[in-house]
Order: sequence, then C-alpha cells, then structure tokens
Amino acid sequence: MKTEDRRPKTGNMDTLFDPMTHLAAAAHPMAPQPYTVQNLRRETADTFTLTLAPPSPEDGVLFAPGQFNMLYALGTGEAPISISGDPDRPHLLVHTIRAVGNVTRALCHQKVGGIIGVRGPFGASWPVAAAQGNDILVVAGGLGLAPLRPAIYYLLTRRAAYGSVEIIYGARTPQDLLYRRELERWRGRFDLRVHVTVDSAPPEWKANVGVVTALIPRTRLDPYHTVAFICGPGVMMRFTVRELLNYGLKEEQLFVSLERNMKCGLGMCGHCQLGPVFVCKDGPVFRYDRIKDWMDRREV
Amino acid sequence: MEDLEPLLAAHPFFQGLAPRFIKLIAPCGARVTFNAGQFLCHENEEARLFFVIHHGRVAVEIYRHRGGPVTIQTLSDGDVLGWLGFLNPYHWHLDARAVELTRAVSLDVLCLLEKCEQDHELGYELLKRYAHYLAVQFRVTKLQLLDMYGK
Repeated sequence: MKTEDRRPKTGNMDTLFDPMTHLAAAAHPMAPQPYTVQNLRRETADTFTLTLAPPSPEDGVLFAPGQFNMLYALGTGEAPISISGDPDRPHLLVHTIRAVGNVTRALCHQKVGGIIGVRGPFGASWPVAAAQGNDILVVAGGLGLAPLRPAIYYLLTRRAAYGSVEIIYGARTPQDLLYRRELERWRGRFDLRVHVTVDSAPPEWKANVGVVTALIPRTRLDPYHTVAFICGPGVMMRFTVRELLNYGLKEEQLFVSLERNMKCGLGMCGHCQLGPVFVCKDGPVFRYDRIKDWMDRREV
Repeated sequence: MEDLEPLLAAHPFFQGLAPRFIKLIAPCGARVTFNAGQFLCHENEEARLFFVIHHGRVAVEIYRHRGGPVTIQTLSDGDVLGWLGFLNPYHWHLDARAVELTRAVSLDVLCLLEKCEQDHELGYELLKRYAHYLAVQFRVTKLQLLDMYGK
C-alpha cells in the first residue's frame, strides 16, 4: 500500500521576497527617509524599543515579518535593525535596539520628536504564509525575539490558519526578557503555548531555568507537520537545530535568521557576504538546508 | 500497599524498562507531594531519596552566603532529581524547592542499590538511563556556562 506523504510541502516554502514590500525601498534604496521618534520604551538595561512615524501618514511602508531597515542616527552612522512591529500595522515602524556600539547607542539616546533616517525594508522574511496548515515552533534567544515578533503577530492575527503554535524564549536572566508584558499576555491565550526560560534566576521566578534546547522535548508539536523559526545567538541556533533534528524535524522545516555586518542592504557592497549569498539580500532569513554549510563554517 | 508500577512505567526515565524490573523497584517507592515553597532537599543533608517527578515544577538552587539563593535549573514533569544520591557519600549538593504543587515518587536509593546488586541486569538498565541523563545534564550545563545571551 502506498503511504501518503504527509510532510509539509516545503518545496515552495522558501523565504519570501514580496516585490510589493520592496517598492518603497526600490524607489530610493540608498536615500534615508526622515522618520520621527514617536515613542521610546526601555525594555532592559541596554535595550530600547523605538516607535517611528513616517514623514506623512501615507508614507508608511509595508514589510514582511523578518525584514530589517537600515536606521541612520544623523551624524553618527547607519545600522541594520530588524523590524519588530506588527506587519498588519505598517503605518508605524517599531524597532528594538540593543545599545552596543556608537550607532546603536546614538539611536537609543534619541528623544521623542527626534529624527532618524530610515532605509528599507530589506531582506527575505519568515515564510509565514507558506507555513499555513502546519504547527509552528518559534525559538528565540535574547534579542532574537525582536525579528520574530512580527511573525508571531502575523500568526496570531491568522491563528485559525495554523495548527499548534508554541514559542520557546530564552534569556540570560528575568531582567533581560524582552516584551515581558506581551509574553505574559500571550501566555494567557488558550491557543498558544509559551515557554520562557532563563540561565539563572532569583527564587521568586516561577518559570523555567535552563537552556532553550531543554524545552524542545516538552513541546506538543507533530514533528511531521511542524515548521520552526529560529533566531538568537549563533551557538543557540546551532544547538537548537541539532535538538530539533533529533526531535524528528527535517532540515527543510527549519528557518534561521542570520546576523552579519551589513552596509548597503542591497547585496552590492559585499560586507555581509557569506559564501555564495549576501545576508542582506538573500537573507537574513534562510531555510536551514540552504545555508547550513556556510552557517557552521568557522573560517568565514 | 499502593501500586506504583503504572506511575513509574509511564515516566520517561523508565521508558522501555521491562515490566519485571518495574515490579522489582516499585516497592522501593512512595508517593510524595510538596506544596509550593516546600523543600525536597537541602544541601549537605543525607541523600537517601531519588525523586521521579510526575507533576509540578522544582527549582534547583545554590545558596550564596552574600547573595542568597539563585535558581540554576528547574525540573518538571518527566524529570528526575537525586541522581548524585547514588554516589557515596550520599549527600545533597544543592537545595531543591517546589515552585508549585509538585507530585513525585520518591525511591529509596539504598533499596534501589540493593535491588541492582541482586539483579545486575536491572543494575545495567538503570545505569544506562543514569548515564544518558548525566550526558544530557552535562550538555545543557555546558551550554548554560557559555552565557550565550551575554554581550
């Protein structure tokens, strides 16, 4: 008897490159648009979420979950920052930024009403539309939750189109968790399982302590019908991939978001080249089987 | 006496263990319940019990004399606690506190060791599981030591 192949159809489930979302960027890809800082919210000691308003309301840019913008702190420089807002509300841009260098520090020191230059959106996105009909596992570590948040918004807005949805999020300590209130709200939903873990915690912490990979066996997903979106530090992603493969997922069911030193955002300058791909243009989201040989290569 | 066999057989630690072995070890066990805040064990206390957790969440803590307790791991349904209890001298190295209502089967370590001495096949089966559990613990501990999310 011939058995039906019940595996998710991942043949076309490559990362999405929707030309519509690139129209604005394509018009003036190298010219930053002046956006106004509408809100600045401190997430952790060194991480802030900026809400930016376009020069006029009709200038809002459509984006797909997982894409990024080049943010320009005037007089200091540009940095690639993932979009962390809701793709169904494109009239405002939301970016979560960790102050680690000159540019990101300058961005985080903005005041409400300040001006930031924005180029984008750039890059490939999480295959949220192509993954419909499957269970979804989102695995985020540290700041990696920021580029995944638009995908979560997208899934929750179209919740009925997916099977089980689970989120695993790891951080260093409870103080380092991003979007804490939102995590709590998501955790209260009946149609979503959220597992939060930290590396160490004070006694009043009620959730998990340990690494994200330890939580994968606790998920209730059908490995045969699951698509996983993974974003976090390289080591975390590597071990998460390994654990998911042990769990029964195939390489083509896994998607990772890579971080590289990006400059132009258009695949022209070569700063973000990783073997045969440019992370800014071909990524940052990649199907794992298409990038694995380069992702784990030590000499590049 | 309460029949613990189905409870033990259903636990991931004993997955695949032949029913005759489950039957052998069940008399070493007792059902235990801990309310939130209750300690399963304290550092330096004699370690005579091996906990097979069925429900709840347990925080494994290290007490720092100036900083108070810090949770370094949590255990929940499907985990075990007390594997170091098999090593002589039998003392707990850490504190373990129930974070929420926790139900477990506590197995008497000396009783287990005695059964293993009597039936080496059982001993081998338990040792395999013990080694696997240790390997997993080492792996996750190494990852945790990396401070992956640090700057």
